[in-house]
Amino acid sequence: MKDYEAVIGLEVHVQLKCDTKMFTRAAYRFGEPPNTLTNPVVMGLPGTLPVLNKRAIELSIQTGLMFGCHIAEVCKWDRKNYFYPDQPKNYQISQFDQPICIGGVVEIELPGPARNVMGEHREVKLTRIHLEEDVGKLTHYENGSLVDFNRAGTPLIEIVSEPDLFSAEEAAAFLNAIRLNMIYAGLSDCDMEKGQMRCDANVSVRPVGSEKLGIRTEMKNLNSISGVRDSVNYEIRRQSKVLEKGGEIFQETRRWNAEQGYTVALRSKEEAHDYRYFPDPDLMPVRVSREWVDCLHAKLPERPFDRQRRYLKDFGLPFTMASVLCQNSELGNFFEEAVTKCNKPLEIGNLVANDLLRELSAGKDAESQGLVLLPIKSGHVAELVKLVEEGVISRQIAQDIFPQMFQTGESPSTIVEKKGLRQTTDMAEIEGVCARIIAENPKPVGEFRAGNEKAINALKGGVMKATRGKANPAMVDKLLRKLLA
Amino acid sequence: MSEETSIDIDYVATLARIELTDEEREQFSSQLEDILDYFERIKAVDVAGIEPTAHAFPIYNVWEEDVPEPGLSPDEALLNAPEQRGNQIVVPKVVEDA
Repeated sequence: MKDYEAVIGLEVHVQLKCDTKMFTRAAYRFGEPPNTLTNPVVMGLPGTLPVLNKRAIELSIQTGLMFGCHIAEVCKWDRKNYFYPDQPKNYQISQFDQPICIGGVVEIELPGPARNVMGEHREVKLTRIHLEEDVGKLTHYENGSLVDFNRAGTPLIEIVSEPDLFSAEEAAAFLNAIRLNMIYAGLSDCDMEKGQMRCDANVSVRPVGSEKLGIRTEMKNLNSISGVRDSVNYEIRRQSKVLEKGGEIFQETRRWNAEQGYTVALRSKEEAHDYRYFPDPDLMPVRVSREWVDCLHAKLPERPFDRQRRYLKDFGLPFTMASVLCQNSELGNFFEEAVTKCNKPLEIGNLVANDLLRELSAGKDAESQGLVLLPIKSGHVAELVKLVEEGVISRQIAQDIFPQMFQTGESPSTIVEKKGLRQTTDMAEIEGVCARIIAENPKPVGEFRAGNEKAINALKGGVMKATRGKANPAMVDKLLRKLLA
Repeated sequence: MSEETSIDIDYVATLARIELTDEEREQFSSQLEDILDYFERIKAVDVAGIEPTAHAFPIYNVWEEDVPEPGLSPDEALLNAPEQRGNQIVVPKVVEDA
């Protein structure tokens, strides 16, 4: 039996973060009532003319820069002609032979052998990125289909990879990397549930060692990362089986049935596409100057995987923490600002990656308003770590007051003073409390003396409670043991 | 009429989603072939050294800022819809599946 390997190419559609459509200034938002975001251009009425959205061009150039593409000096607009009720003009304005971005690579991160171990990184080649308009949304019911043009005309980029992916896991990693970079740079929200990122997958298999590409099939409109992973896996198995039995693969479009987990061929009659591309006479080309590109480049953040590498190497953070801090550029900025004020990256990383994120996800509106607008500042986190380092408060107190710091924006020192949370290192005072707790709790005392080491924890807990967490835990342990001996 | 400009009128009609009667097929075939013949004449012009362009004037970067402007109400948007339901246009069922 021969072994087969898969060769996969992806076309990823991503909606850009714009307030208006690609070729007219009708508003675009997700989740509005049907057909409330239209105008005569969106409806394709006679006599209307398209006008470019400058921001969409800028975001496309920035996407290209995130992925190291060559930005074309001149790009132009073409009509892709076909009839389908989701687009009223009977053509989609796209870019055919002169796209805005050429070449480039997407760095992917594969899953590691364990959750806390980083997987392999690899660069996947891109063919191009072009800019076009999205189509409307169809809903099917028994006797017909319903058309909502709200989404029609929304700025959409198509990121086209070379056939340079070799497993379903790599395909999923490719989508994750695009999503991470686009969200990171503020170019798109990439919410797949809202259709802001969709993917077509081209899959073929060939005998291992063969250089020649096999016949490919295409799966369209995959709308989740697991859908891409599962459908690609299914297609690889299906094609390998067919070839093994001496059968033939047909170049066709197949639909992924996500509920039942299989692909099925669409009617091939509909496949005879002849889009008759030609330059759109209504739109002038775009010329992109070097200065403009440089200016847009300067506004981009460091790439997330570059930042992750830096956090691992320069700060010695564990992979899981570095990867969490690099999911979001504001979070990374916050972390780095705090580290410049208190050079304890591990402790600060811990508070930012755990406590801060937990508070953020607890208040669901807070995340959308952005970290910079929150009352808590990076300096407060740095100060909190300093207070622990200097022995002013215990680690436990630090965690306990974090929610208050987050909500009120008060500095940790203020909270510590106001609540009298300073760690007590007064030996006589703590010893007094220890003696009282021992006297009040004969049961754990007896158990400890009978050799149950764990019983001391109940006494420690009592002391910490009585001192409201202010006693130094190491000192409490020492004193209890002394008194019990 | 030269052989190379001969047009497949049925293919063109299919792409355009229109049905033609036999009479119309003949009529439009000959009209379209006249147009293609005219392109043959244009093709005869020597354009060596001329940069291909889709536009007569070298104008670039005609754009607007990404600022929304008022559009149509759903009622206005659907004035031409032959049938509607819940502010959506009803079209014959589009079947994607095999």
